[in-house]
Amino acid sequence: METFFFVFISTLAIGTALAMVISKNTVNSALFMVLHMLSVAGFYTLLNAQFLAVIQILVYAGAIMVLFLFVIMLLNLDEDEKVVSKIDFKQLISFTLALVVLAQLLYITGNYAGVLPELTGEPIAAVGTVEAIGDELFTTFLLPFEVTAILLTAAVVGAMLLAQKTSNVIDE
Amino acid sequence: MIGIEWYLGVSAVLFIIGVIGVLTRGNAIIIFMCVELMLSAVNITLVAFSSFMGDVHGMILVFFVLCVAAAEACVGLAIIIAIFRNNITADINKINLLRW
Repeated sequence: METFFFVFISTLAIGTALAMVISKNTVNSALFMVLHMLSVAGFYTLLNAQFLAVIQILVYAGAIMVLFLFVIMLLNLDEDEKVVSKIDFKQLISFTLALVVLAQLLYITGNYAGVLPELTGEPIAAVGTVEAIGDELFTTFLLPFEVTAILLTAAVVGAMLLAQKTSNVIDE
Repeated sequence: MIGIEWYLGVSAVLFIIGVIGVLTRGNAIIIFMCVELMLSAVNITLVAFSSFMGDVHGMILVFFVLCVAAAEACVGLAIIIAIFRNNITADINKINLLRW
């Protein structure tokens, strides 16, 4: 059952990621990205990280992708003329490079698994609960947590400054 | 039971799909979504290691990565809107004012 779920989720994740990259229409692309984020949340549930699965759905699929969709609607983008035009030299090189890196990564994960530190054979259930994460987050990692709040505030203020209507800020 | 290698393999494939998207597509918004794809691929690796080792620190790192990704998407989309307003395009191949 778990194996079936894993195969289903990984097929969904890879398929939606490919569809996101390939699809011509930007809105379709964003909706495939939402589906991809849901399947990543499925991975997290499979790994017993319930808190992160919920956060993934709320923040990514709920907030960030809606922001993307708003911007796509706002810009009123047309469809791209063509995703892959004629045989482009630059695109060929980037494909080859990416495939080489993929081969390296898969080789490493396949052959060097013995180098990894002591691992239990299966995901441990008590790690990803809200209680465990919150306990650690508000004691050991309290300072980074507060810094994150400052970062988000700065990002919101910066975004409002960048996207406002008046473009002649420097003149005055 | 599924070993950790399978999670690492799927994560590597997703990361490379993101890399290919960033390198080949011209639309700035698609490139942003591909960056998010790469971030979430790395998150899968972190959660897999964290869960298999019984150590919660990896999941906390994923939490911070999520926050940084949210901030990055916010500022990046604002930059895209600003460029679009001045230049009327979201195609990065046509934004070449500073190109040598």
